[in-house]
Amino acid sequence: MATITLDTVRKVYGGNVEAVKGVSIDIADGEFIVLVGPSGCGKSTLLRMMAGLEEITTGDIRIGDRVVNNVDPADRDIAMVFQNYALYPHMTVYNNLAYGLKNRGMAKDEIDRRVKEAARILEIGDYLERKPRALSGGQRQRVAMGRAIVREPAAFLFDEPLSNLDAKLRVQMRVEIKRLQRALGTTSVYVTHDQLEAMTLADRLVVLNGGNIEQIGAPIDVYDKPASTFVASFIGSPAMNLLKVKADGNGLALATGTGLKGPNTKGRDAYIIGIRPEHLEVVSAPGEGDGIHLEASVNVLEPVGAESYLYSSFADGGDEILVRVSSHARHEPDEKLYLRAAPENIHYFDAETGQRID
Amino acid sequence: MKKLQISDHIILLLGVFFMVTPVVLAFLTSTHDAITIYKEGIQFTPGGKFFENYETVLFEAGGFTKEVNGFVMLKNSMILGLGFAVGKIVISMLAAYAIVYFRFPMATLCFWVIFATLLLPLEVRILPSYEIVQSLGMVNTYSGLIVPLIASATGTFFFRQFFMSVPDELLEAARIDGAGPWKFFKDILVPLSQTMIAAIFIIMFVYGWNQYLWPTLITTDESLFTLVRGIKQILQVWVGAQIPDFNEAMALAILAIVPPVLIVVIFQSWFVKGLVESDK
Repeated sequence: MATITLDTVRKVYGGNVEAVKGVSIDIADGEFIVLVGPSGCGKSTLLRMMAGLEEITTGDIRIGDRVVNNVDPADRDIAMVFQNYALYPHMTVYNNLAYGLKNRGMAKDEIDRRVKEAARILEIGDYLERKPRALSGGQRQRVAMGRAIVREPAAFLFDEPLSNLDAKLRVQMRVEIKRLQRALGTTSVYVTHDQLEAMTLADRLVVLNGGNIEQIGAPIDVYDKPASTFVASFIGSPAMNLLKVKADGNGLALATGTGLKGPNTKGRDAYIIGIRPEHLEVVSAPGEGDGIHLEASVNVLEPVGAESYLYSSFADGGDEILVRVSSHARHEPDEKLYLRAAPENIHYFDAETGQRID
Repeated sequence: MKKLQISDHIILLLGVFFMVTPVVLAFLTSTHDAITIYKEGIQFTPGGKFFENYETVLFEAGGFTKEVNGFVMLKNSMILGLGFAVGKIVISMLAAYAIVYFRFPMATLCFWVIFATLLLPLEVRILPSYEIVQSLGMVNTYSGLIVPLIASATGTFFFRQFFMSVPDELLEAARIDGAGPWKFFKDILVPLSQTMIAAIFIIMFVYGWNQYLWPTLITTDESLFTLVRGIKQILQVWVGAQIPDFNEAMALAILAIVPPVLIVVIFQSWFVKGLVESDK
C-alpha cells in the first residue's frame, strides 16, 4: 500500500503529439481514484505510464517515496487489470495467478497459499484447473482480478476492466470491485470512459480532456459544481443542458431566439448556463417562482421506466433541451411546456472559455 | 442438388484414384520377385515376396562400397528431415521474435531482406553455397547437409504474422508479471505457437525429406546417403549385368513415402484441432 504522486507528467508521441500535457495528481494511500474522459483524452496513457508500460516524457511519478520513472513494470509493486483480461490462454487459472509469483522466485507453498486465498475471495476456487477459454466473461474478469490480488501490490491499476462485459454483469462486477477495494484497502487507479462507473466507484474523480485535467474532486462535488462546460456535459446522465444566454435590459435571454427569462445575477453580458434535466421542473403557468423560466414545446417523450425524458425545443429552434419528468407524466408532441429551474440549480460558465463562474 | 453431389463425389474419387493408384501399384509390384517384373512389367496383384524384398532393401548392404543399406539411408533421411524442420522452426521463430518484439534500427528493412530471399531458392545460390560448405570442410557431414538449408523466409514470415496477431496486452501482462524477453518467449509465445509450429513442422519435414539436389551435391560418402538421393545410386549398381532389381527399387520408394505420410497423419490432427480451437 502506498501513495502515488504524479508531478507535471507529460507524454509526447513522435516529438509533436502531446497526449498528456503536464498532469499532477496526489493519490492518497488506500484511495480509489477514477480517471474518466472521452477516448483520446490521455487517461489510458496516464495509467500506462504509472504501470511502466509507457515512457514518461517529462515529469515524475512516485509510488510511495520512490521515483519510478525508470523502474521496470515488474519492480514497481503494482498490478494491472486489462480491458481484455490478458489472461495467458495456455495456462490454467491456477498458473495464471501463480505465474508472476513464480517469476519472483517465491516459495511454492507461499504461492499456493496466496492463490488459494485469492480464489476464495473471488469465488473462483472451482475453476482453478480450467483454461481461460472454458470460462465466461465474468469469470475471466475475476481471474484477472485474482492475478492482481495475489501479488499483494502497493496499487491496483484498472484499464477499463468492465467494458467487455454485458450490462448486467458490469453492474455486478462494479459493486464487487468496490467491495474488494474497500476490504483490501489497496490504493487503486481506475480508467474508464463510462461516467456512471466513474461516479459509483471513485473516492475522487479525475476528469480529463485533451491531455489536461479538467477537474479533480469527489464524485458528488464534481456533479454539483462542474468546473467547466466539458465536465458539466460529461458527468451526469443524461447530460446537462447547456444554453448560450446574453443579458438584455430585463435580465437574461437566449443568445439566439426567445423562450428564456431570468435575472442576471452575475453581472456579465454573456454566459453559458447549465441546467441538469433532473433540475427542470414543469410548471403550469409562466413566471411562477424565482430562477430561470423556459418556454418550449415537446418533441418526444421517452419513458425509461423509473422516469421519463422529455425532448423539447424552443419556438424558434436552436438548442434542444432535455427534461426529466415522472414516469407517469403524460405529454403530447407539440404541447406547450413551461419550465423552471431553481436558482441553486443553475450553473454559470464563461461564454468564451467554458470555465465555471461562481 | 443431388446430381451435383454425385458429380462432386465422382471428381473426388477420380482425384483419389489418380493419386493413390501409382502408390498402390508400386507397393504391389514391390512384393514380387525381379524376374516376374522383368517378364510381365507392373504387377496388379500382391505377390509372395513382401518380407524377402523389404528385408533385402532394409538390411542387405548395397551400393558401390557395399556399406550402405536401406535402414542406414532411412536413418539419414530422418536426420535430415528432423534437423531441417526443427532447425527451420528454431531459426525462423527467433528471427520473427526479434523482428516483431524488439525495436532495433532498420527492423522492417531486415524483415524485407529476409523476405526477399524467397526469390532466391537453393537452386539459384547452389554454387556459392557449395563453395562455402566445402571450404568449411562440411562436405559429407550431417551439419553440412542440414545447416545451409535451415534459414527460412517462409517460416519467418508465418511466425511474424502469428506474433503480430498476439494481443499486446499479453506482453504487457507478462512484463508486469516479471517475465523478461526470454521468459516471455519460452513461457508464453512458444506454447501459444504450438499449432503454428505443428503446421510448419509438417511442411518443412516433408520438404526436407524430399530434398534431392543438395544431398546429391554435398554427400559423396555413401554412408551419408538419404533415401531419396540413394534409390537411384544404389539401383544403378544393383543393375549391373543381371536382371534389374525393380522389386527392390519399388520397395525403397515405398519406404521413402512412409515417414512423411506418417508425419502428416500424426500432426494433422493437432493442426486441425489448433485451427478449430481459438486459443488467443
